[in-house]
Amino acid sequence: MSRRSSTRRKALMTVLAWAVGLLLFFPILWTVLTSFKTEAVAIADPPVWFNFDWTLENYATVQERSNYGRHFWNSVVVSVGSTLLGVIIAVPAAWAMAFVPGKRTRDILMWMLSTKMLPPVGVLIPIYLIFRNLGLLDTRIGLVIVLMLINLPIIVWMLYTYFKEIPGEILEASRMDGAGLREEILYVLTPMAVPGIASTLLLNVILAWNEAFWTLNLTAAKAAPLTAFIASYSSPEGLFYAKLSAASTMAIAPIMILGWFSQKQLVRGLTFGAVK
Amino acid sequence: MATAHSKTAARLMISPAVLLLLGWMLVPLGMTIYFSLLRYNLLMPGMESFTGLDNYRYFLTDPAFYAAFKNTLLLVGGVLLITTVGGVLLALLLDQDFWGQGIVRILTIAPFFVMPTVSALVWKNMFMNPVNGLFAYLFQALGLEPYDWLGSAPLFSIIWMVSWTWLPFATLILLTALQSLDREQIEAAEMDGAGALARFFYITVPHLSRAATVVVLIETIFLLSVFAEILVTTNGGPGYASTNITYLVYAQSLLQFDVGGGAAGGIVAVVLANIVAIFLMRMIGKNLDA
Repeated sequence: MSRRSSTRRKALMTVLAWAVGLLLFFPILWTVLTSFKTEAVAIADPPVWFNFDWTLENYATVQERSNYGRHFWNSVVVSVGSTLLGVIIAVPAAWAMAFVPGKRTRDILMWMLSTKMLPPVGVLIPIYLIFRNLGLLDTRIGLVIVLMLINLPIIVWMLYTYFKEIPGEILEASRMDGAGLREEILYVLTPMAVPGIASTLLLNVILAWNEAFWTLNLTAAKAAPLTAFIASYSSPEGLFYAKLSAASTMAIAPIMILGWFSQKQLVRGLTFGAVK
Repeated sequence: MATAHSKTAARLMISPAVLLLLGWMLVPLGMTIYFSLLRYNLLMPGMESFTGLDNYRYFLTDPAFYAAFKNTLLLVGGVLLITTVGGVLLALLLDQDFWGQGIVRILTIAPFFVMPTVSALVWKNMFMNPVNGLFAYLFQALGLEPYDWLGSAPLFSIIWMVSWTWLPFATLILLTALQSLDREQIEAAEMDGAGALARFFYITVPHLSRAATVVVLIETIFLLSVFAEILVTTNGGPGYASTNITYLVYAQSLLQFDVGGGAAGGIVAVVLANIVAIFLMRMIGKNLDA
């Protein structure tokens, strides 16, 4: 009797779970579908689902009219650049805190975290004025620096929690075998640290790609990444649903794919190791 | 095992990160505090003068501040309520045995990866638009009048959009916590005759409470700074109906060029965020010792 009731229960749960999942995913699905419609079909009443002449013309138009490729490239440069720079600065710090912990290591870690909690509006004016005076407004290098700084605490924390899991005995064993600091880092730690570093890179590229306070406030036409470029559709271009959808689909597709690979790291990184 | 030599090396390795963050925090924050004590408008360069706490007085007694403060509380509170309650229910559902778990999980998490400007514009135009939006069609199909979401209920609409982004986050964290629950404990309770409700309230809820607290605190940090969704949909309006403190400070600083007033508002925002941050730091600090 329990066999049948558990199968029925599983069927019921399947229907329920799929319904909820599809409902949450629906706005994304609808955006992707609309991006392949003509503008007339996009606002058809009643709405058209799959049964229309699929077209790629919106994607071509978006690139032609607004140089979409440039903004896409800005997003790539800014998110990858800020992440790489952050990791280069954070790896030594996290390594030292994980393997040579001192009395103040804990305080330093907590303090770094507290900088992440500083609301961006608290420093908006000084950063804006400094950027203006240094000619960094609307430049990619300026954004790389700011995004590196706002994500640096998360990068240090994530690397620290990963490095912490590398057993210390391995280091002692390698030292007994006569390995110096250089060999230790190159041949023992690096191979063990690579997965953690890769996860950290992945999560931070996602965070930087979607960052929408500094990118909106510090860029204009030239260095605007996709977050800021899409904002230019707020009106009246936003009423061209098919083009808005094409621009949006290209903006979210790459990061969604990365995101699906990084679910576990996301939990760990965004809760600073409090939930694993 | 740590020698004096390795201690020095460690300090050298930590210092670049520390110095950068110190500079990032102290220099601009110090400048903000300094500006907040000045009468300083970018449209009148060279007219700066010291005014003491006047900017704070103006900012805190401005009716716009009360509107923004109320909206910030409603926005943060509303999204927290929707995402934690919804997140617990969704996590419990996704933790069940069903066909296609991997795919449903991916579908559920997806909204979290949509950048705020895209999410806001898609909701605003393709769903909430009173003429061509899907909600308008849905209402018509049900025989109701189309509703102008962003015009008539701007704050609710923004709470809706932001919740769509953060519900997957809460679900993911709570689901992760749920899956680390010890199955044997549940089975033991079952053998001792505990019913499904008793098992839920005495085992699952206490186990989830820690993860739920983390969700609440982290979301609060991000939700206090909601900005892009407001900028591209309502610009804080109509009036101040959807202005939160972050947006108010932005408008004061970069739209009205009132550096002094904006800086005072920025400091108020920092103080408010710190109150939340203290609780969050305690939680995470405890975990660090464990």
